[in-house]
Amino acid sequence: MKTFTNQNPGTVDEAIELVRTAREDGHSVSFAGGGTDLLQLVKERVVNRSGQDVPDVLVNLKSLEGVDQVSFSSLGGVAIGGLTTLSNLANNPRILDDYKVLAEAAGQVGTPQIRNAGTLAGNVCQRPWCWYYRNGFPCYKAGGNECFSIAGENQLHAIFGGGPSFIVHPSDVAPALVALDATFNVAGPSGNRVISSSDFFVLPRDNVQHENVLSDDEFLISVDLPAPPNGLKSTYHKVMDRDAWTHALVSVAVVMEMDGDICSAVKIVLGGVAPEPWRVPSAEALLIGNVVTEELARSVGEAAVSGARPLAKNAYKIPLVRGVVARTVLALATSV
Amino acid sequence: MTNSRDSNSVSNEKVGDSDKPSHFDLSRRGFIGGTSAALLAAKSTSVKAQENSESVGVEPEVANVPKTAITVTVNGASHQTVVEDRWTLNEFLRDHLELTGSKIGCNRGECGSCTVLVDGEPVYSCSTLAVWADGKEILTVEGLEKDGQLSVLQQAFMEHNAPQCGFCTSGQLMSATALLEENPEPTVDEVRHALAGNLCRCSNYNAIVEAVMDASKTGGA
Repeated sequence: MKTFTNQNPGTVDEAIELVRTAREDGHSVSFAGGGTDLLQLVKERVVNRSGQDVPDVLVNLKSLEGVDQVSFSSLGGVAIGGLTTLSNLANNPRILDDYKVLAEAAGQVGTPQIRNAGTLAGNVCQRPWCWYYRNGFPCYKAGGNECFSIAGENQLHAIFGGGPSFIVHPSDVAPALVALDATFNVAGPSGNRVISSSDFFVLPRDNVQHENVLSDDEFLISVDLPAPPNGLKSTYHKVMDRDAWTHALVSVAVVMEMDGDICSAVKIVLGGVAPEPWRVPSAEALLIGNVVTEELARSVGEAAVSGARPLAKNAYKIPLVRGVVARTVLALATSV
Repeated sequence: MTNSRDSNSVSNEKVGDSDKPSHFDLSRRGFIGGTSAALLAAKSTSVKAQENSESVGVEPEVANVPKTAITVTVNGASHQTVVEDRWTLNEFLRDHLELTGSKIGCNRGECGSCTVLVDGEPVYSCSTLAVWADGKEILTVEGLEKDGQLSVLQQAFMEHNAPQCGFCTSGQLMSATALLEENPEPTVDEVRHALAGNLCRCSNYNAIVEAVMDASKTGGA
């Protein structure tokens, strides 16, 4: 592998300071979490942050104390450290009870080995898996000025929110976090800032090089989830072209509040179809105040694909979204 | 001196005069490495063409490469050593501790043959750094055997012909060992789920799952 220096900061301030001094010395820097993706990018010499070279310095966030913990508040709600492994998230009994959608999403990432090393923050902030970006094409995401999928192999690309880049956001946990109304705590040189999960991700039309609002010297240090209201049900459904070890062709995170048989509140967020977790408010609106029947669920699926604009080879995602949303909403509403 | 070539033994004992290299001083790895070097030397133009691509294997040690002192326990033995920051855990294990049981198939977290246990949990040793293993306990396939006795799982793998070419076997064994430690009586689905991160290009999955199920019935990992 290319040479680099691994730095083990003891505190968050030290981590930020290490980045600053390395930059001043003319080095490129990356924060490192589990490393499961970062090290492949380094080996393949794919730029991790556009405008930077492959890192000369890794700032190893695993050396920080207390950033890999799941802490439930006595007032309700939970704070999840960014360095919490996906396995610990998937297997946490209270996350399973109170925020099932998140445990299910974390438990379907990659493989056991990836989940044992990979972290919440790393999964949320991972770079796209578009095969052009990953194979050294000078695309928008690598700092270039072209999206090769438009006239190329776009089977796995976006049907919503694309242009000028048509990547899909690859994270499983991100749609779950948006559906749960999470708040992201970001550490940076001017202290912490708090960003709603609905404002954290950005579309290519707003920032073509990056998938979120983090600047190069910031990292996602923790995620807060509000206390689950009574009657909250949630689930994550992921469709893959094989049973494991790949990203979603289409996925859906559904978080629903039930008042008896009536759906009183709902969030439906799609994965694998857009450059950011893709909420479908028009589909949600159909559910509010209604008993969820098979017929209503079908209408919700139909509404979920409104506005979809497929490329030449990914129109199959439209019926897939329609079916997956209808089935998941109905199954969740009628589950005990 | 007995002529060792007449012996059926394949032990690693030094044979003959230690000053003179013999056939038996050559490990399989050393032999293959030497052969590759000769082939590369004979094809120097293509070596140049490949200089920009990363290759799997031992990188030459360079004086000014960042290094860090770590303490790591591997198969019960503590090692205080200095590693290059850029070494993957797998490079450290295979190329520097000569524990060549964990394999490099893809070197990018997409095959599972490099799986080892870090503090009891299976991880891809190609996708983590040796310097990040500071203070951790590593278990590799070499550590499964105890006092010359194969583990129950290793024995079951043999009895069920779980290895075909064998390249994925050490990774499969490590994932299965971790599973049976945590869940001594798994269902078939649980075994498949636990082994989902280990590919077998011979596609011998059924025999591997049978071996793990059999081991679980006869006393754990």
